[in-house]
Amino acid sequence: MTAYLLCLVLFSIGLYCILRKRNLIKIIIGIGIVEYAVNLFFILVGYRTGGRSPIFARDQVITNMVDPLPQALVLTSIVIGLAVTALLVAIAIRIYEKYGTFDITKINKLKG
Amino acid sequence: MNIIPLFVIIPLAAAFLISFAGRFAKRIPDILGNSACFALLFLSIYMANALYKIPGHILVYKVGGWIPPIGISMVVDSLTAFMLVTVNLVAFMIAVFSIEYMTKYTDKWKFYTLFMLMIAGINGVTITGDLFNLFVFLEIASISSYALVAFGTESEEMEASFKYAVMGSVASSFILLGIAFLYSWTSTLNMADMASVLAEKGYTRTLPFVSVLFLMGFGLKAALVPFHGWLPDAHPSAPAPISAMLSGVLIKVLGVYALSRIFYNVLGMDSRILSILIFLGALSMLVGVFLAIGQWDLKRLLAYHSISQIGYVILGIGLGTPLGIFGGLFHLFNHSIFKSLLFLNSGAIDYSIGTRNLQEMGGLRARMPVTAATNLIASMSIAGIPPFNGFFSKLIIILACVQAHHAGYAFIAVIGSILTLASFMKVQRYAFFGVLNKKWEAAKEVPVGMLASMIVLGLVCIVAGLFALPPFSAFLTNAANVLVNGKDYAALVWGAVK
Repeated sequence: MTAYLLCLVLFSIGLYCILRKRNLIKIIIGIGIVEYAVNLFFILVGYRTGGRSPIFARDQVITNMVDPLPQALVLTSIVIGLAVTALLVAIAIRIYEKYGTFDITKINKLKG
Repeated sequence: MNIIPLFVIIPLAAAFLISFAGRFAKRIPDILGNSACFALLFLSIYMANALYKIPGHILVYKVGGWIPPIGISMVVDSLTAFMLVTVNLVAFMIAVFSIEYMTKYTDKWKFYTLFMLMIAGINGVTITGDLFNLFVFLEIASISSYALVAFGTESEEMEASFKYAVMGSVASSFILLGIAFLYSWTSTLNMADMASVLAEKGYTRTLPFVSVLFLMGFGLKAALVPFHGWLPDAHPSAPAPISAMLSGVLIKVLGVYALSRIFYNVLGMDSRILSILIFLGALSMLVGVFLAIGQWDLKRLLAYHSISQIGYVILGIGLGTPLGIFGGLFHLFNHSIFKSLLFLNSGAIDYSIGTRNLQEMGGLRARMPVTAATNLIASMSIAGIPPFNGFFSKLIIILACVQAHHAGYAFIAVIGSILTLASFMKVQRYAFFGVLNKKWEAAKEVPVGMLASMIVLGLVCIVAGLFALPPFSAFLTNAANVLVNGKDYAALVWGAVK
């Protein structure tokens, strides 16, 4: 239970970071934290206390193993997160070239 | 041979080939991109036709030969076929338009690569039968659209793209969190299997929580009103064909389609969610149109109207009655046609005279007769003037509201429609009628490829009203029935697997 609560705390920290920080890079880090929190939650869902890794081998009887499916899904989700982060960082660099700042309160050409 | 996976394979292969060969040969991106889009359009119409003749109207493809729920399945039912036809019709017209329009940008092959990836994502979302697979395709479509919004690399475009990407990835995280909760409760990801497990296990307090997560996530992708902040920045900043694609197709597939598929077919709709959807729909309708009416940037005005029109679609689908869902889906089709036409018109004006500001235009009717005529058709369609398609779908939605004893919402829908008419009168008055602005004496009509796609979309606007009448209405009625009889989805899929 504690692990789930800490996961929730991590998620909230990430959301706080996205909503409250003014620096583009900090917002990107916030998105990273939110993604990690969700991935961690997915892994925790598949965890069994005392379970072993789900690798099948001959002459072994597996009685208790963790769920392998969330691990496969999280692997995909991490790759997606990488793509989003790379794109966001690339855009942030271009914004810095255009505006000369990372402060979102100064990046406000779009209005209405 | 099974054609279902081709809807993802063709655009993915085209994206790969274009990025591979496009930088060496100049014409290859155009040829490959357009032929891939044409093949998709042909296949989707062929598929819709073939599906109509099959009893049960459902086809299931088992990816890699694994039997679901172990493997991923792709499910084509009437709703999917309807969405595929809509998406690929619009996408083909936009690809034709892009041949000439995108010459003003450098690196056309990058545009076509991202465009094809976006189509692969959108088609994937519509045909997949697996919840996590839906998330992956949704991210493919979203990431390529973030990149496409920034395609012009000007400062406004970068800013809009960053905003869109941040909000979009937060929405995706909510969706993934919802999927994780559902997986922990049902131990399956296959949508049909999940529906049967949920029906078997009965009510749990996880379900309302998951519903709220999905409502936030997909609501943000659909730009419903409390979550709409990114749309008026992102849609006008993209190149015109991409604005047409985003407003015409992307928000509908990633937002409305995914929302209604998951709520109606997997979670099972209840009256609380329905009343939230109706309320959000009505709110979007009013807020969108009020914000639109004061805009002077043509593309921004159109973007606010997208919010408003999505409100109509959600209102129709949220009513939950057969007539309401029919109207909602009909309006979804119509909106994707006329909104992409309007964005293509704005692109044509931009191509010809290089501005989006309505106050600088004026009298363009004399110089650009075809653009003016197609724009008039699209404006009258979106405002709901009788012979055009928008009238019929709005009428059906309003009738469905009255039939479902929501007269207040019907009234709001009428108000929204009148305000839409007013704001498009403004567009017509300032852009096309009136005295020709002296600056544009030398303005020319756009090249023939761009004209062709606008004319075809205009013609579709005129004839699409026929979908309200039999025998054509079967196409829409079958699609609406998938949502109306939401609980039967699991049984139908299992029936088709065996």
